[in-house]
Amino acid sequence: MATREMLETGKWSSGKGAGLNRPRRGAAPGEAPYRPAEVPTDHQAERLARGLGWFSIGLGLAELVAPDRVADLIGVRDSRTTRSLLRGLGIREVMSGIGILTESRKAGWLWSRVGGDAIDLTLLSRAMGSDDTDRSKAAMATATVAGVALLDLRASREFSERQQQLERAMLIGEREPDRQLAAPFRMHVLRSVTVGRPLDDVYRFWRDFRNLPRVMTHLESVQVEEDGRRSHWKTRAPAGRSAEWDAELVEEIPNELIAWRSLEGSDVQNAGVVRFVPAPGNRGTEIHLELSYTPPAGVLGAIIARLFGADPGQQIQDDLYAFKQVMETGEVARSDANPRGGHLVKQRPAQPLERAPQS
Amino acid sequence: MKATCWMDKRTVEVQDVPDPKILNPRDAVVRITSTAICGSDLHLYNGFIPTMKKGDVLGHEFMGEVVEVGPAVNNLSVGDRVVVPFPIACGNCAQCKREMFSLCENSNPNAWMAEKLFGFSPAGIFGYSHLTGGYAGGQAQFARVPFADVGPLKVPDELPDDKVLFLSDIFPTGYMGADMCNIQPGDVIAVWGAGPVGQFAIASAYLLGAERVIAIDRFEYRLRIAREKANAETLNYEQVDVLEALKEMTGGRGPDACIDAVGMESHAPGLEYAYDRTRQAMKLETDRPIALREAILACRNGGTVSVIGVYGGFIDKFPMGALMNRSLTIRTGQCHVQRYMRPLLERIRNGEIDPSFVITHRLTLEEAPRGYDMFLNKTDDCLKVVLSA
Repeated sequence: MATREMLETGKWSSGKGAGLNRPRRGAAPGEAPYRPAEVPTDHQAERLARGLGWFSIGLGLAELVAPDRVADLIGVRDSRTTRSLLRGLGIREVMSGIGILTESRKAGWLWSRVGGDAIDLTLLSRAMGSDDTDRSKAAMATATVAGVALLDLRASREFSERQQQLERAMLIGEREPDRQLAAPFRMHVLRSVTVGRPLDDVYRFWRDFRNLPRVMTHLESVQVEEDGRRSHWKTRAPAGRSAEWDAELVEEIPNELIAWRSLEGSDVQNAGVVRFVPAPGNRGTEIHLELSYTPPAGVLGAIIARLFGADPGQQIQDDLYAFKQVMETGEVARSDANPRGGHLVKQRPAQPLERAPQS
Repeated sequence: MKATCWMDKRTVEVQDVPDPKILNPRDAVVRITSTAICGSDLHLYNGFIPTMKKGDVLGHEFMGEVVEVGPAVNNLSVGDRVVVPFPIACGNCAQCKREMFSLCENSNPNAWMAEKLFGFSPAGIFGYSHLTGGYAGGQAQFARVPFADVGPLKVPDELPDDKVLFLSDIFPTGYMGADMCNIQPGDVIAVWGAGPVGQFAIASAYLLGAERVIAIDRFEYRLRIAREKANAETLNYEQVDVLEALKEMTGGRGPDACIDAVGMESHAPGLEYAYDRTRQAMKLETDRPIALREAILACRNGGTVSVIGVYGGFIDKFPMGALMNRSLTIRTGQCHVQRYMRPLLERIRNGEIDPSFVITHRLTLEEAPRGYDMFLNKTDDCLKVVLSA
């Protein structure tokens, strides 16, 4: 799955020739190649978050497995109640830790640590009031927790801010600052395929959007308006209703890229860029497709989910494969289990059909 | 039409299913005159290959008469007698152009399934689970053949089905196994598995100039056929220590190349088999690489291990240290049948080889379930079962 950073910069790795940041054909020397809005990453913040995550897990496990030792360490009298309490806190710590280490959107989990620190500090201050408490140890524990809480706060704020920045960043990039969409896109896909045909052929075939339903199995039709810049897209209709939207060409560089976004009132807000890059050697043309969309709620959302399945990236990849099949062999590969070709999770048995399906 | 359908593990039934139709312009429909059961079909039969669906039509070794062609097929006519290769290949993609036909980039509509398991998808295959496309197979009366302008090979009427049917799979597969060994004059080749593919590997190794070929198996009747029909020297692994024997037989050097014609359902006496069988049952291992491990250990330093036995998933305890420290080469792949069909047809026409020597049983299509059972259990000295219309 493409991480946000990869989508933002179009780079999977650093190094010569990597990613899409290859000089545009015809770009003036020194002119930056076209790429979507970049949000800088902060490795320090990542390291801090990771450290806090592991700290959470370590502490949580200690609280779960040896609550009596922990109680002793922080100067609180060991009792059944104390142990149950510590175990409960331990579960919360472990969960926070796992959330921080595994999720890419860390802000929420880091804030949960801050909340936990507040609870810990409250409990410690109450313990301080008790005569059974070893106050010097409790004071140390309080100081430690306070210190960690400061780190948690800092990390939470940084990640929250970054997440907001990312959500506001538009896929289409710096050149269209006045066209920022209000709604953030929730789903992002970046996939590519190499087609063994000359770049002009590939661009021309894609640019006539009416060709695309032939290739993308979830599309039913595309109508292009007279001006060539606006088009109306309609998906196929499982369960009776299809999704539709109007799209507008945002940017077009012949034989290089096509960028679009959907207009107000669309069933599915989406935007994207498709880039055409000569493949190395004589391999043909690389097509790189970036697509962002926000699945709508309710019935429409369910339809979109049905069409795109649990893995929209795979759906898009299969569309690209179908495009390649048509360009290289003249047909979309069809089998008895998958008679339309393209992404199909619920397969027929591998038996001939009663009736050949319409194309 | 009648077709052999996979219903469940160890259950196949011949059922009535719709006749195949032209779906794409480059399709053809073939009326099948002869078809066979393959050793790799047994992996499907035994439930080792995932993504099977009840009702899938099996079979990938078939030949017959063209009865319908799509509008874009110009090199075949109705009435032509053809043998159909088991990988489905478009002829246009980068891999097909390199003659790596079983890696065709355009013939598997379920590429995403194979990618989940393998990283990238190989070509579509007839009758071999949804992982390879979910194409109906050829143990049936008719089959739809995609990219009919690339795959099917026209065969002369004077050669009966028995002599050419195996160009669809097992003869080219055995041949590719030997081809990958890069046989030099004087070479000694060892072949694990004296099933039909192993028999063709042995025969092909001689065709390609090997000095000696040693076959390894445990079924005496298969070793006998290897000796009498394919000219091999034989070892029964239940009676001798194969590694010791191979070393001694080759003057302490080891065979120059080793062919694994066994694959994922390997067997051995004793603890190693128990280990792998248990790990399989616990789903900790999907394939049993017993023959493969032995082939690697047996091979001379700097030699080649050629793997044509079919594997599906993951193996345990792979002798990577032996491989690396002894500069061994592993070459492997599903056979690129289209590459070999024509030259091998020539060899058949010249009388250099009669592939029908592996056939031991001839049944009708309706008897397919019995054929599977016989082939699996090696009843009645069963080596290869051919089903006719």
